[in-house]
Amino acid sequence: MTLRRRTAISLAVLAAATLTSGAALAQGTVLRVVPHSNLAVLDPIWTTAYMSRNHGYMIYDTLFGTDEKAQIKPQMVESWTESGDHRLWTFKLRKGLEFHDGKPVTSEDVVASLQRWGKRDATGSALMQFVQRMDTPAPDTFRIFLGEACGFVLEALGKPGSNVPFIMQKRIAETDAFKQIEEHIGSGPYIFKRDEFKPGDKAVYLKNTKYVPRSEPASGTAGGKRVYVDRVEWNLALRDAQAQVNALQKGEVDILEQLSFDHYETVKADANLQMPVYANVNAQYMARFNHLHKPFDNPKVRQAAMAAMQQEPFLRAQVGVKELYKPCYSMFICNSPYGSLAGNEVQAKGNMKKAQDLLKASGYDGTPIVIMKPTDLAAIQKLPDVAAQLLRQAGFKVDLQAMDWQTLVGRRAKKDAPDKGGWHMFATAWTAQDVWNPIGNPTMDTRGEKSTWFGWASDEKLAELRNQFMRATDEPTKKKLADQMHARAFEVGTHVVLGEYTQPMAARKNITGFFVTNSNLYWNLKKN
Amino acid sequence: MFNFLAKRLLSTLPVLLIVSVLVFLMLRLTPGDPAAVLAGDAASTEQIAMIRASLGLDRSIPEQFFIWAGHLLRGDLGQSYYYKTAVTTLIGQRLEPTVSLALITITLAVLVAVPLGVMAAWRFGGWLDKALMGFSVLGFSVPVFVSAYMLIWLVSLKLGWFPVQGYKRIADGAGPWLYHLTLPAITLSLVYIALIARVTRASVLETLGEDYIRTARAKGLPEVNVLMRHALANAAVPIATVIGIGIALLIGGVVVTESVYAIPGLGRLTVDAVLARDFPTIQGVILLFSFIYVMVNLLVDLSYVFFDPRIRY
Repeated sequence: MTLRRRTAISLAVLAAATLTSGAALAQGTVLRVVPHSNLAVLDPIWTTAYMSRNHGYMIYDTLFGTDEKAQIKPQMVESWTESGDHRLWTFKLRKGLEFHDGKPVTSEDVVASLQRWGKRDATGSALMQFVQRMDTPAPDTFRIFLGEACGFVLEALGKPGSNVPFIMQKRIAETDAFKQIEEHIGSGPYIFKRDEFKPGDKAVYLKNTKYVPRSEPASGTAGGKRVYVDRVEWNLALRDAQAQVNALQKGEVDILEQLSFDHYETVKADANLQMPVYANVNAQYMARFNHLHKPFDNPKVRQAAMAAMQQEPFLRAQVGVKELYKPCYSMFICNSPYGSLAGNEVQAKGNMKKAQDLLKASGYDGTPIVIMKPTDLAAIQKLPDVAAQLLRQAGFKVDLQAMDWQTLVGRRAKKDAPDKGGWHMFATAWTAQDVWNPIGNPTMDTRGEKSTWFGWASDEKLAELRNQFMRATDEPTKKKLADQMHARAFEVGTHVVLGEYTQPMAARKNITGFFVTNSNLYWNLKKN
Repeated sequence: MFNFLAKRLLSTLPVLLIVSVLVFLMLRLTPGDPAAVLAGDAASTEQIAMIRASLGLDRSIPEQFFIWAGHLLRGDLGQSYYYKTAVTTLIGQRLEPTVSLALITITLAVLVAVPLGVMAAWRFGGWLDKALMGFSVLGFSVPVFVSAYMLIWLVSLKLGWFPVQGYKRIADGAGPWLYHLTLPAITLSLVYIALIARVTRASVLETLGEDYIRTARAKGLPEVNVLMRHALANAAVPIATVIGIGIALLIGGVVVTESVYAIPGLGRLTVDAVLARDFPTIQGVILLFSFIYVMVNLLVDLSYVFFDPRIRY
């Protein structure tokens, strides 16, 4: 190789390196995040997927938020009034709200957004049963007229879990609720870079420099959403748990939303890494019965299963790290506003002898229990094995069927008999916000085949208590009804709670500003 | 030659037709529901049913097939259920990383394996030969993900020479592109180095026993010329065949490598599509892979003419 050619090649490499570093400088401070899953659907109203919800929090704003104490706080709303009979609610929007295309947020945008959300979300549709009409007397004012008083207007508008009532532009919110929106313009703290979105590769969000945060400190989904980085990049390609930790240790990424329990000790021992506290309530594991078919159409059989399924074995097998799990026999999450323990004795004070006796007394005919086990979802894959073993010890015949998660997801929607492609039991996990409210908790809908969640539990008394809870307008009554619902749910055996756990998050030490979100939110963070 | 080429190209059509029918039917008979995946964990059965209808999955399987085949004839692979993007766009986005990884891997494998194989045959029974045989066993036996993690631990985490994950497009500069692909390519090439080196060794060993080699040596030709111009050239047909098979097998290898190194290529797209039951994407990618497979085989057949002038089509 001649000297001239070598020089030319060196210059070309130098130029390439310079150009690349120049591009990096132009991007400013970049927060590189590995989310817990892939982002596929960009419409957070169309799907209940957590990734779509988190995408929603980046680019949209909400009328209310839920703070770290589970209190509903205003977000886009400046002030509101409630009539004496609780049937007329008037809301005024705060000044300076603006969509990413420069157009102001108006009350018409709000009403259209709420109408679309009310057609998809379980809590939203429950609220819409009470809503007579909504109107917009001024661009910054909207009103909700209720046909009958109900006690969860603010809880619904400020709910932190899927589907969140995000506020979109009217013309976008008028999209059929069963079709996905095509444009992604919000008024939130980040702007979605549609041109840089590569499904399965990366999603990019730029700081919305025009966003006016509230003055309060960030807390949960409420408070000031202050952005201190110029750009957030979600690495959607990095899905292997070991590769994620490697990348974090090497400084190629800044945050892992969900650290696998297997790598907890590795991260703990690394001086450059931290596991910030972002949650003050735990997530919950649960096993769901199919109430449509034998033998779980019989509450006595369900109670026998509940007595056998003690939480410690599940938590030890699935989480393994003692400091990250806690047995808790509350269907509404321990230490949450409605975290009741009422009526939980059948499981909380259960044991194998009791389970065997209950099963004998139930008239169980030996029908094999089909338990679906997802082999590819490490987050819950050990739960069915433990359930199978405990149920066998109690005297059940068990047919543990392995399948991938998506097969399970498709199969659990089927109402067919278990020997014809249906099922008896599956396990899953919920974030606290999805189950801590008796209205939002999907297992509390006990309208049989009309109920909105798989398993189709049927109990008129519980359904009636839920109706009363919706109508209750004062906290003591709501608390009392939540206790009654909780006790009744244990009595009829809607499902089995398998314990609570903390899902660790991992980050580089130079990332600061973490706060209690009980979710994955990316404001208030600084990269030093 | 022209007739051969035309016949071979025409023969791809029934192959692709059979592949498309088989893939379509197999996907529909596989358990799992794309609508349930899209709807999310808290969706109701009614919501799932509505999504299923909107995707056209409530229609009969023959009806779904003819709609898909009709679009295919117009060059339209359909729209991804999962990403709501045209499958051709998705494939276009993912083609570069996979083609880059495959090209670098196969180039690296050929550059390393062929000289190694020739030298092992030349020094048959010596330490190099034995070392190569030992490496071959290792190369075949160690799964790609194991060698990937070991290389990442040593080369990236301990020595800090290469990144542990990610991909930079060639438009971002050749340097970053190569920097990100080097370790994945080394990982993936190990098995191909083992395969190609073994075949090269066996093939060259066979030719080294031929009379014309003895004649060449008797004429006083330098050993390098004997090996490269006479032994290797005459051993090239099986080597070309195994390289062709290697390129086709790479398709399987990139799936694992892309997952471990977080490279957003076709392998990763395939895994995601299978997990999400994204039928149009799976069908599109498998059709593409089948086409590549057929084309690689055709090129290998054509290369025989170049390596062995006695072969005529």
